[in-house]
Amino acid sequence: MTRVGVLVFPGSCDDRDALRAVELLGAEAVRIWHRDEDLGGADAVIVPGGFSFGDHLRCGALAALSPAMAAVRAHAEAGGPVLGVCNGFQVLTEAGLLPGILRPNASLRFRCHDAALVVERESAWLPGASAGDRLTIPIKHHDGGWYAPPEQVAEIERRGQVLLRYEQNPNGSVGSIACVANERGNVAGLMPHPEHAVDELLGSTHGRVLLQGLLDLAPAPVPA
Amino acid sequence: MRVTVTVRPREGILDPQGEALRRSLTGLGYDVTDVRAGKVFDLELEASDEADARRIADEISERVLSNPLIEDYQVGG
Repeated sequence: MTRVGVLVFPGSCDDRDALRAVELLGAEAVRIWHRDEDLGGADAVIVPGGFSFGDHLRCGALAALSPAMAAVRAHAEAGGPVLGVCNGFQVLTEAGLLPGILRPNASLRFRCHDAALVVERESAWLPGASAGDRLTIPIKHHDGGWYAPPEQVAEIERRGQVLLRYEQNPNGSVGSIACVANERGNVAGLMPHPEHAVDELLGSTHGRVLLQGLLDLAPAPVPA
Repeated sequence: MRVTVTVRPREGILDPQGEALRRSLTGLGYDVTDVRAGKVFDLELEASDEADARRIADEISERVLSNPLIEDYQVGG
């Protein structure tokens, strides 16, 4: 069974939903405390949402310096898959594992609603989805405006690192970019919350697509 | 030794906080055309001399206190 490690920082608040979502998809979920120096044998990693370290300095900046993130960096460098959601996306950009940075929403308002996301291209991260498909996944953030300098954005677009765009830009993200991957394609991040969209009761199951992508990218577990 | 670091949004980067402040100041009747909001850090640190303190503060500013994509920093003053 694929084992997914979910990081927990002081101030994380979506770790439980992430753990539950992983279990719903039939994988094993384990907690990784920010002071842990290893990933407990995890094949894939989720850096979940929340307000790690009170969002002090810059969102995600202090979490990016934690021992567990050093282990995540080593995992990513070895090709292991990592998904950052909301604050986790901010942490991964601050750690330099994903391009850009998340800035306060252009409106300076906290946005909390379903967001329509348009699939940019077929990707291992989005199993079964085709370019132009629409996914409904909720957002809830104040600092979700993705930014990178124009020349870096052009490079990211050219290399096909954009996976999802907002149908209606809720936060001032450059190019309406909602989900971006690293150059190698094993690390991805987004502000919307796939772990909150895994059950019809909650209005959408589209979050399962990205979470399945994370599981698919993990190395096949050794049979017991 | 005490070293002060100032971090500012880079030129040309939209600063929503500064813009909100500008609008509020305009509402109060002040003729303010631009506001850029930054941060000031006073570091108390162990260093052999002033040059060493600046070197350490530079390193901290680059690694942690600022994000070079959107911010510039200044050590001292």
